[in-house]
Amino acid sequence: MTLEINGQSFETDEEGYLANLSDWSSELAEAMAQHDGCDLTENHWEVVNFLREYYDEYQIAPAVRVLTKAIGKRLGKDKGNSRYLYELFPYGPAKQACKYAGLPKPTGCV
Amino acid sequence: MSEELQSGIVKKFLYINRRAPHGTNYAQEGLEVALIGAAFDQDVAMAYLDDGVFQLKAGQDTKAIGTKNFSATYRALGDYDVKRVYVERESLERRGLSEDDLMPLVYEDEDDDWEEKPLIHVVSAREMQQIISESDVLLNF
Amino acid sequence: MLHVVNKSPFEKNCLESCARLSQAGSCILLIEDGVYGALADGEACEVVQTCLEDRQVCVLGEDLQARGIEPDRIVSGVEVVDYAGFVKLAVEHPKVQSWL
Repeated sequence: MTLEINGQSFETDEEGYLANLSDWSSELAEAMAQHDGCDLTENHWEVVNFLREYYDEYQIAPAVRVLTKAIGKRLGKDKGNSRYLYELFPYGPAKQACKYAGLPKPTGCV
Repeated sequence: MSEELQSGIVKKFLYINRRAPHGTNYAQEGLEVALIGAAFDQDVAMAYLDDGVFQLKAGQDTKAIGTKNFSATYRALGDYDVKRVYVERESLERRGLSEDDLMPLVYEDEDDDWEEKPLIHVVSAREMQQIISESDVLLNF
Repeated sequence: MLHVVNKSPFEKNCLESCARLSQAGSCILLIEDGVYGALADGEACEVVQTCLEDRQVCVLGEDLQARGIEPDRIVSGVEVVDYAGFVKLAVEHPKVQSWL
């Protein structure tokens, strides 16, 4: 599959995850989100950026439970819970946010 | 998904890793499968023996061979609630390694103010026998 | 517990690791190239003999035959089982560790 953004095309897998991590840019993230009918707010970006840092450190996209716990530790319990994260990312916080972060599908999500 | 996972019965899984990390895919796949199992709330423990102990060697850097440095991913084991990583002492010693050569792995104890606790337990062959026999499901990589 | 070894001890360390990490009272079954470990005049015989002190050691007859190893060439005390015996062992020991 390919993703067309501003006349450029990017290779993705069949579920829309970027094939090459290095293709990612914040504009691309915005465009992917808009495609899903979602506007990225500061709260969304907090999670997306967190995921990119996590991947950089561990070479893995975390499963939703791991993400929730790690967000809780970093940003506080009021953000480290599924209700908050699902409100931001209704298609599943790990799956959807990983996609916008340009990461592969999380390890432990099917 | 299997009936066992759906029924909520937690089984003790032991992932037995006996191969060195970069020559074949076994190590990386074993690690990923273990993390997936742990994400499904199974009780997951890791055992490293024979050449498997090389997987935990500190300072791995795959830049020059052009492969993904998945050795960083072992540090995510604690995040996935894997709290037991066993390394057999004899396998280390026969390869001229000691516990000091291994990458430090920790988990953060949520119930103890996120205190970092060590994940790696170096055990004797006899202790490893016991660990293997007490596990419900053995998976080999 | 049933421990299964299917690699030659002259090529891989599976038999040795199995011997080191299986508990007294368990059963070790040699199949495929693992049957070479049972050769009485081979260098792996000592490992097998040590196992026999407190463990049951079996070898799959079909795999011996295929490799031209006569039953009188194997370490004494090692039991030769056929496929039906293999199934019986698997039923008797619900937990199996395969030293691949």
